[in-house]
Amino acid sequence: MKLLEYQAKEVLSSLGIAVPPGAVARTPDEAAAAYARLGPVAVKAQVPVGGRGKAGGIKLAQTAEEARAAAQQIIGMDIKGFRVPLVYCETALDIAREIYVGFTVDRDARANVLLLSAKGGMDIESVAEESPEAIARLHPNPWRGPLDFELNRLAFDADLGELVRPLSAVIKKLYRAIPDYDALTAEINPLVVTRSGDVIAGDAKLEIDDNAAWRHRDLEEKYGSVIEGDPYEVEAKKRGLTYVSLDGEIGIIGNGAGLCMSTLDLVQRAGGRPANFCDIGGGAKAEVVENALAVILMNPRVTGVIINVFGGITRGDEVAKGIVTARDNLQMKLPLVVRLSGTNEEEGRAILKQHGIEPGVNAWASAQKIVELTRAGART
Amino acid sequence: MSILLDGSTKVIVQGITGREGSFHTEQMQALGTKVVGGTSPGKGGTSHLGVPVFNSVADAVKATGATASGIFVPAPFAADAIMEAAAGGITLIVCISEGIPIQDMIRVKDFLQGYPQARLLGANCPGLLVPGQAKIGIIPQRITMPGHIGLVSRSGTLTYEVASALSARGMGQSTIVGIGGDPVLGLTFSDVVQLFEKDADTTHLVLIGEIGGSDEEHAADLLARGSRLKTVAFISGRTAPEGKRMGHAGAIISGNHGTAKSKEEAFKRAGVVVAETTDDIVGLLR
Repeated sequence: MKLLEYQAKEVLSSLGIAVPPGAVARTPDEAAAAYARLGPVAVKAQVPVGGRGKAGGIKLAQTAEEARAAAQQIIGMDIKGFRVPLVYCETALDIAREIYVGFTVDRDARANVLLLSAKGGMDIESVAEESPEAIARLHPNPWRGPLDFELNRLAFDADLGELVRPLSAVIKKLYRAIPDYDALTAEINPLVVTRSGDVIAGDAKLEIDDNAAWRHRDLEEKYGSVIEGDPYEVEAKKRGLTYVSLDGEIGIIGNGAGLCMSTLDLVQRAGGRPANFCDIGGGAKAEVVENALAVILMNPRVTGVIINVFGGITRGDEVAKGIVTARDNLQMKLPLVVRLSGTNEEEGRAILKQHGIEPGVNAWASAQKIVELTRAGART
Repeated sequence: MSILLDGSTKVIVQGITGREGSFHTEQMQALGTKVVGGTSPGKGGTSHLGVPVFNSVADAVKATGATASGIFVPAPFAADAIMEAAAGGITLIVCISEGIPIQDMIRVKDFLQGYPQARLLGANCPGLLVPGQAKIGIIPQRITMPGHIGLVSRSGTLTYEVASALSARGMGQSTIVGIGGDPVLGLTFSDVVQLFEKDADTTHLVLIGEIGGSDEEHAADLLARGSRLKTVAFISGRTAPEGKRMGHAGAIISGNHGTAKSKEEAFKRAGVVVAETTDDIVGLLR
């Protein structure tokens, strides 16, 4: 789960990190009220993706009317596929310098990595490309976190030696996001040093590991519902499915992430465009197939569906019966191609055929078949 | 011959009395795996599926001399189970459990540095299988047959798909290894490729990778330095968009890193044949 900026700042503030005064606004009136309380503010779109400034999602307001107008413009805007549900109005800082500090998972090292750079305010990936020497790195021990002498060396490596004390203090607090909240990314960019010498989080990114959601039910309850995602992904989550929306028109169901991904690839190779990724896991139970089909059919762009099931231990005839039942219960009229293999696959294919569902010979032939059927606008 | 496991390896199952643990222990026994016991805290002293149950891995190792373990416990307890196995003296730890928090695995990886003799396969993996001899995990034996092709994969069902296609054409396998789809894993492609390289009974290698991370690229670099194996590689996820996690926690592209294209090109540079579809793999091996 990627938290929104104001949510991430609430968490950082609870860890003892200074953040600017700010207020959430869901309406233009609330933005005007925030101005009345805070004075001149930056009105910032709250979306879980970067690049909102370039997309016009951040506006400065010098008056209450400007705050109202900015909120009016920004709320409801679409930024990289996310509808902006609310804005965060925040006091502008008197910036002397901007620093980058962040933790993320270094997959190659199988460890967390702490990055520190004097070049704050820029996208860290661009800094890494243009001037990699400007980023100092540390892999803290995952049981005890970063130690004072390690942070001392890191600050000097980053050419930030004169700020070693305040930086070490902020970094140690930020590190708590890892053991306390299962953060995969905890980033402050920019970390602002004001003209009066205060060190304050200008922006914040926090991504919490979905695998650890059971340890952080409170976060999910408090913040999860605010983030407006894709409606099909939201529905799929409710039904306990592993589902990702894509922008094509052929619905895809597979069992196993790898098999499902390779089915997407085959459909694309055959000239079609996948509408989604949906992994129904092992077993391919009738109820799960029906849930998956129901979510896919919610999407009006979908013109046909391919189901690719490899039954290791599951029996093909049972999977086939389940698919027929699901299709009938949902009164599905669109073309459907099913590729089944595994125990009793012959019986499974016979059942599909009897009920007017196209059994694919193999995965590639099935992908070609569904593309052909959807092009012809055929009905099975 | 085989890698990591054979019919004489003494195996215990952590979580043997659970639903998953019980079902797959029976399957493992049916193939001929030498399952010598299991653990289930509080049930020590009883027996299950014809083998003794112990309260801890340390007890089980002491009583049975087991060297390998299969872990079938729920995700919240899996990281601890891996560390218990290593501390208990197990040298091959196979963790099937899915959904372990990444920070748990980062701590586990650090812990395992204190046990250099312990190898971890997974987590979130289908395990490994030596056709006709033994398996730890959930790979169905029905689709396998003994032979000389080594198979290593991040994905469960794609492994089954390819093993099944090979067996149907009489092309047997030496060992099938599923390394799992998580971003922080035990054995990597490179580790497994090195083991196959040393196994005289393996002449061919099929490597099934997917988007995310750079383990495939590292394995390609290794193969580029010289290999006696005839290798075919396949990468799934060509059409996956950036920033979307495709089922596996590890299957995610960020920026230009971890794309199917960069992986396929790395293999091609290494002189490895790259299959366009899984259906093509069999033909390319011949």
